[in-house]
This record gives sequence, structure tokens and C-alpha cells, in this order.
Amino acid sequence: MALLVAQGLNKRFGAVVAAADIDVAIDSGERVSLIGSNGAGKTTFVNMITGYLKPDSGRIVFDGRDVTALEPRAITRLGVARSFQIPQLYGDLSVLDNMLVANACHDQTLSFRLPAHRGDAVERAEGLLERFRLLEHRNRRVAGLPGGVRKLLDIAMALTAAPKLLLLDEPTSGVSADEKFPLMDTVMTALADDATCVLFVEHDMEIVARYASRVVAFYAGRIVADGMPRDALATDDVRRYVTGELLAE
Amino acid sequence: MAANVNDAAMTADAPDLPPAVAAPLSPPALVAGSARGSVRLFAVALGAFVLLAACGWVFPRWLTFLLTMAAGNGLVSLGIVGLMRGGVVPFGQGMVFAAGGYAAALLYNKLGFTDAIGLALAGGVAALLLAAPFAPLLSRYRGIFFAMLTLALSMVAYGLLMKLDALGGSDGFNVGRPTILGWKLPDAHAGYILYLLTIGVATLAAALMRTAFDSTRGLVTLAVRENELRVEYLGASVRRAMAINFVVAAFCGGLGGALVVLSLGHIEPNFSYWTTSGEFVFVAILAGWQSVVAVFVASTVLEIVRSFSSAYFPNTWQLALGIFLLFVIRFLPRGIGSIWTPRGSR
Repeated sequence: MALLVAQGLNKRFGAVVAAADIDVAIDSGERVSLIGSNGAGKTTFVNMITGYLKPDSGRIVFDGRDVTALEPRAITRLGVARSFQIPQLYGDLSVLDNMLVANACHDQTLSFRLPAHRGDAVERAEGLLERFRLLEHRNRRVAGLPGGVRKLLDIAMALTAAPKLLLLDEPTSGVSADEKFPLMDTVMTALADDATCVLFVEHDMEIVARYASRVVAFYAGRIVADGMPRDALATDDVRRYVTGELLAE
Repeated sequence: MAANVNDAAMTADAPDLPPAVAAPLSPPALVAGSARGSVRLFAVALGAFVLLAACGWVFPRWLTFLLTMAAGNGLVSLGIVGLMRGGVVPFGQGMVFAAGGYAAALLYNKLGFTDAIGLALAGGVAALLLAAPFAPLLSRYRGIFFAMLTLALSMVAYGLLMKLDALGGSDGFNVGRPTILGWKLPDAHAGYILYLLTIGVATLAAALMRTAFDSTRGLVTLAVRENELRVEYLGASVRRAMAINFVVAAFCGGLGGALVVLSLGHIEPNFSYWTTSGEFVFVAILAGWQSVVAVFVASTVLEIVRSFSSAYFPNTWQLALGIFLLFVIRFLPRGIGSIWTPRGSR
């Protein structure tokens, strides 16, 4: 059984079609890259899966359960986590505190009596920071951290929940060219031991080719290609609407 | 390869950072993050109580009374600080202050229940019960809307209290001297004993609130202030967090109201008036949101400024208060607490 099934998803914003009859099924352990030009519907798709947007019609089934009408919080608790194009962090708090917030929210251990900085919570947070090579920043204020570190922290916080499905919205955007591959290496290494299914929105085709096991290409709210990276990236629609190679010719 | 991520990122961006921002955050001086930390925290609270008790013994009566009022009012502001940490400021805490005061006064006068400790707790519970039904509604609002809604509730309460003759109308009514665990307070020391009770409750509340600030819920409250969306995406309910903080603040407010009434011996609708609520907010802003001690220091400062200004500049004491607040906002934007709490402390 597929981990995530989207059936007939439609979403419009006025005259703009953000999703048109989206049908896709994704299995556990896949590394799926969502590609497409700006406004193609990638982030709308991610937002519908995570409950931030409700589709006008259609159905989303995660792990055998219909999650179409659920709120983001409820979907998160079922095992869907996400990071953001612009890292959504707590800038006034330290890196460790950001991780402890994620821990507390995920574990539902919100209590006035339970110390935030208790040993087991700190140990767990530090373990994840170490996987993301962020331990050296643990006591630094997040607002003062460089973009690459903020991106990694954003993803590390999402992973606190040990999700079955992790959605990364443009994990390398805003990161310098030199840092993109090291950043993705760090993320994929951190995820290597997990069976987590990863969906990542990406514009950089080199990143897509290297890290995705499958590519789903969007254009005008429709899926125009779905397959192995080499095959999907070679289709005319992808070359015309996503990479722009055919237009150049 | 991967090992270079952080180095590369730091190298690329770090030079642009102001040194103060890039510096590691200092851990809070007194964090209830472990059993030992909690013991230390409550030991400090006990030490503060003993010190204040000794001071109260030698202080003149007017000063002891002033400190009693400061501690009682400070409890209300302590609750406001708890809400401020989540990013909202209530302008109507006079309502819960009055609820606590009226509950204690009515229990004393109508039911003959005279125990001061029980009356104080009853005041807190009454305020909590009054606030609880509004908590789900208020948890939906932020900023000026939250402030105005709480203000509106307090003014509705004020209007009702003014019109209800059974509660003394605009004059309010007097409350007799309470007992403590069956002990009738002697005339000569009643003020001092009520001072001990009020500062005892205040120091205990301060220690408990510090524990709450350093708890998982306290940390998530700070996260809510910065980014509600992410809190929801991490699986926690922002509205629930805000509703709980509001109810806790109501309990603190009711506790403070009851203790003030017991020392004053009088209750009136002005407890719920908007200027009273404004004074609590004034104290909270003066204190800042990092230190529980600062709340009571700020409350004492307000009482001192009020007393001396009233004596030397009658009818214009608010002017002195305003100038004082301008001074604090200009030179201590994070409040009095920032004098002894390092930047970045929670």
C-alpha cells in the first residue's frame, strides 16, 4: 500500500489553477523531487498534503487514513513533517531551544512542571543536532546564524517527530552554490538510517538528478511527468516547461 | 564534503553579523531545569521571604503596607508577564483582580468564612472560573484585538459592579479582619501578619512562575510569540497554549485581588476599572518579561512613585508616572529585569 495517495486534487485561487486533477501515489522510502517553474503548483501540493490548504475537491490519504479535512497539527501527529522555503525558526531562541520546542510539541509533553532543559530532552536534541552537524551552534541565537545553518536546523526540527513522510520545500534555496551539495549531503546522510519518505521541492536539476529516486514535474497545476529522474527530466514537457531547454532551441 | 557545510556557511555570512548577535546565549542564572535547580530556586524564594519578613519587622507601618500592596498588585502583573511571553498583553486584568477581591469579600461577609489563606485561594479560583469560559474565545485573538477584548470584558464587569446594589454599588463595601488557621490576628500586628502572608504568597508564586517559564510549556509559549505557524506544524495547539496562559494569569490576578482586599479592608468597582488594568500593564512593561523578581520590584516602584507623587504633586502623580515610564522605555527597553538578566535569557 502506498504511503501517500492524492486522488483528483483540484485547487484554484480565483482564475489561477494551482492544482488540476492531481493523482499521485508515493511509497515509503522513496526520495521524490517535485519540480516545476514558479507558480506550477508544487508548494500548493505540499500545502494541501500538510493541511495548510484544503483542496477544492479530491482526496488525500496518508498511511491508509483520509487526511483531506485535517488541520496541520493533526496531520503532523500522524507522521507528516515539513520544512519551509524560508526557514520557520524561533530567532530569539538558541539552536538547542528550537530543538527542545520541537521535541516538546511532538512528544505532547507540554507541562508547567516538566523542565524544558531536562537531561533526556537535551540529550535527544543534541543527538539530532549532531546528525546535522549543528552541535557546535547549540547555544547560539538563531537570528544570528547563516542561511545554510538555518536551513539545516529547520529540517532537523521537522525530523524530531521521526516522521514517515518528510516534505522539504526548496531545501537549497537561498543557499550559496558552494553550499548546496554539502547541505543536501548532510540532510541525506542524516536520513540514511531512516525509512522516512522524502518529498523535496527543488529548482536545481543537478540536485534533483543526484538525490531523487523519482521526479514529479508540475506545470500549470498539472503533473506533466512522473518517473525516474533520467526519464522524467528527458521528457519534452519537462524540457519545455521546467528546464526551458526546448524554448532555448 | 558534508563537514564543510557549516564552515562554508559561517565563512560566507558570519562577517556580516553584529558580534552581539553571533555570540552564544548565556544560560539563565537560575533555571529550574533539574531537581537541584528547583531546590535552589525555592531556597532562594525562601531566603527572599525571610529577608523581606525581617525588613517588614523594622520598617515603619506605612512602608509595610505599601509593600503589601505592591506584592498583591504584583501578582496580577506576574500573570500579565506570563501572557506577554506568549506575545499578548491584556488590558483588562482589572476584571480578574476584582473577581478575586469580591469573591474573598463576599465569602467573608456573607458566609462568615474568615481564613485569610482560604480567602486568597478562593479569590484565585473565582477569577479562574470567571476567566475560563472566555479563554477559548480570547485565544483566537492577538495584538490590539486581544487587548481590547479583555478591556471590554473588564469594563462590562465594572458596569455590572457599579449597578449591583447587592455588591455595594459604586461605594463597594468593607471587609473585616481575617483570621489565619483559626487564629484571630492581634490589633498591633495584624498589618504585619497580612504583609507576611502576602509576601509569602508572592514569593511562592514567583518561584512557581519561574518554574513554569522554564518548563516545556513555558518554552513553547516563547515559541508561540515568535512563530505560531511553526508551532502548529510541530504538532502543538497554539490556541490551547494561549488559553491555558490566560487562565493561569486569571488565577494570579484573583489571588492578588483577594490579598489586596484583605489588607485594604475594602472593595469597590474601581478594582475593575480600565485605569487599574492599565497600572498592571504599566508594571509588567516596567518589569520586562524575563524576570519574575523584576515584576515585584516594578510594582514596588509604582507604589512608591504613586505615594510620593500624591504627597508632593497631588492630582498630577500620573505625570510623574508617565515621565518615569518614558525614561524606562528609552534606557531599559527590555524592562528593569534586563539590568540583571543577560541578553538572550529566557
